[in-house]
Amino acid sequence: MPEDKLLRIENLLLHFRTTKGAVQAVDGVDLELDYTEAIVILGESGCGKTSLAKAVLRLLPRNVSAYSGQVYLEGSDVMGLDDEEFRRNVRWVQMSLVPQAAMNALNPVLKVGDQVAEPMLVHAGVKKEEALAQAREMFRRVGVPVDFLNRYAFELSGGMRQRVAIAMSLVTAPSLVVLDEPTSALDVLTQANIFNVLKRIKQSLEVSFILITHDIATSSELADRVAVMYAGQIVEVNDARQFFTEPMHPYSRMLMASVPRLRGDQEPEFITGQPPSLLAPPTGCRFADRCPSRFDQCVEDPPVTGQNRRRVKCWLYT
Amino acid sequence: MSVNAKESVPEEAVATVGESRAQGDGVLLSIKDLRIWFELRRWGFGHAGYVRAVDGVSFDLDHGEAIGVVGESGCGKTTLMKTILGLYQPTQGDVIFDGENLSELGSRQMRSYRSHVGYVQQDPYGALPPFMSVQRILEEPMVVNGVRSKAEREQRLRSVMEEVKMTPIEDFVTKFPHMLSGGQQQRVVIARSMIMGPKLIVADEPVSMLDASVRVEILRLLRGLQESHNLAVIYITHDLSTVRYFSERIFVMYAARLVEKAQVQELLRNPLHPYTHALLAATSDPDYRNALAFKEVPPGEPPSLIAPPPGCRFHPRCPRVIEGLCDVQEPPEFEPEPRHFTACWLYQ
Repeated sequence: MPEDKLLRIENLLLHFRTTKGAVQAVDGVDLELDYTEAIVILGESGCGKTSLAKAVLRLLPRNVSAYSGQVYLEGSDVMGLDDEEFRRNVRWVQMSLVPQAAMNALNPVLKVGDQVAEPMLVHAGVKKEEALAQAREMFRRVGVPVDFLNRYAFELSGGMRQRVAIAMSLVTAPSLVVLDEPTSALDVLTQANIFNVLKRIKQSLEVSFILITHDIATSSELADRVAVMYAGQIVEVNDARQFFTEPMHPYSRMLMASVPRLRGDQEPEFITGQPPSLLAPPTGCRFADRCPSRFDQCVEDPPVTGQNRRRVKCWLYT
Repeated sequence: MSVNAKESVPEEAVATVGESRAQGDGVLLSIKDLRIWFELRRWGFGHAGYVRAVDGVSFDLDHGEAIGVVGESGCGKTTLMKTILGLYQPTQGDVIFDGENLSELGSRQMRSYRSHVGYVQQDPYGALPPFMSVQRILEEPMVVNGVRSKAEREQRLRSVMEEVKMTPIEDFVTKFPHMLSGGQQQRVVIARSMIMGPKLIVADEPVSMLDASVRVEILRLLRGLQESHNLAVIYITHDLSTVRYFSERIFVMYAARLVEKAQVQELLRNPLHPYTHALLAATSDPDYRNALAFKEVPPGEPPSLIAPPPGCRFHPRCPRVIEGLCDVQEPPEFEPEPRHFTACWLYQ
């Protein structure tokens, strides 16, 4: 099989066991990612986007009831690895994570420099000085003053902590970094700063990003491609250029119309109704109840149509 | 009203504090050179300076007017709001609501004042007591404020639930907060803030915890209530793009001071203060071209409020700083355009 893709996910499934039954958080997701490409996974809270990140990185909670599908990273099937092999060879070696709240991600009793160096000690088996030198290099790249190496997390501002978390994800030179809402708790200026840092890193370090967010406006800062997730499934994958000018799926269109804009005169709209429960999602199209363009066929599950880079799961496009 | 006299005032009279004033377009809330400093202590008793959370803020708010206060976290916008709600005492300066100075009100009058001011919190789930049903949540302010008649409570509850569009009412009143979606929870919070028929609503980031698809719905609901009840609203946010759909005027706050005040359209079209410029430039609209260019962001971070820089507080980050002026003397408020104020030496 020719492998020019960095990451290929096929029919990924992640269900959680609860007292009320199985929550189908990730339900049959297909996704591909090129080298040095940034894809944004957009969705509202509870659509399963963070669970998708967890499934890719295999950071699973204890109540998993089903976890299946294929994940190929640089051509090799990582779903076949056992947990120890995965930890040793994949997580933080080939792919890493920038978690949602950087404050909680950093150990309060360790100096941030030691924390950033730690993945190097564990995975590359280098000496401490070498690891610290690498950490210093990463601090320089993300724009944290190097004398911050000896500080603790509580001595840093929110923006600096987020940069440290990004440095930690990059220190082992992975080819894929998953960013889970990296700027949702930050101010506008800090947010713009972090996205400048990410853009610079993408150009200079040849790394791919999966950016998970609900913030459509800032997601356009980094996106090469956009995937929209709704009720555990991906309903549209599109090039950023096309997506931000003319999204295809009715849900994407309504989501785009709901964004308040600073420039231009469009009045934002809202989507009535609520997403379906993931305990027992409807058998047909999951968005049908809220969809303005629904018709008879929407009671059946829509197929995915389109080419690889542009795909949509909607009966309107069959 | 003297301090001694207030105990003898009958309850009915207390309940109408403020209502005797003329309704209409006059000034409802007037803030005059407000300073709120928090003392820092070393080892529990030694004085170690002040955190100057609000440092010289003045503005007037008319009856029925909506304003937006925009600023980054730590700029003092929440402290300003809590002082307006009567939760903090001003260190210096006055908060005058409908002709009454807040710092001169006794505790009973303060209670009556609070029934004129509604508060919409940022996190609806955190703001609603988890063990109370919607009915109890909405009845509590009425019980506290002495609405004794059960029929009247029921009638007010119904009308406010209809106004926040939680119908059919019977479906919701028996529910507990965790049974509601985020948008519905925020509606309950808004209903609770409305139930005493306030004249002013303070909304602290009311939509920042909500999903994009319900955000606009909640903003529109608040706007509708504001118009139909001639409510004054203070909308506090860090997100400039939602302010324009909501308020008539915007105040931009930086490091405990208001640096620019203007009508919304005027501020967006013609921002004056360099900080406002930076905020506008950093706010993105969904556009694929964003990914192709870097954003211009002023270097550094907002200053410490314990020891703010001398002169203009933005000068260490300002691209248009005037040496020898901005770093020495604090800029007063100028009015380079009619009704457009800014505290920046560029416009002297």
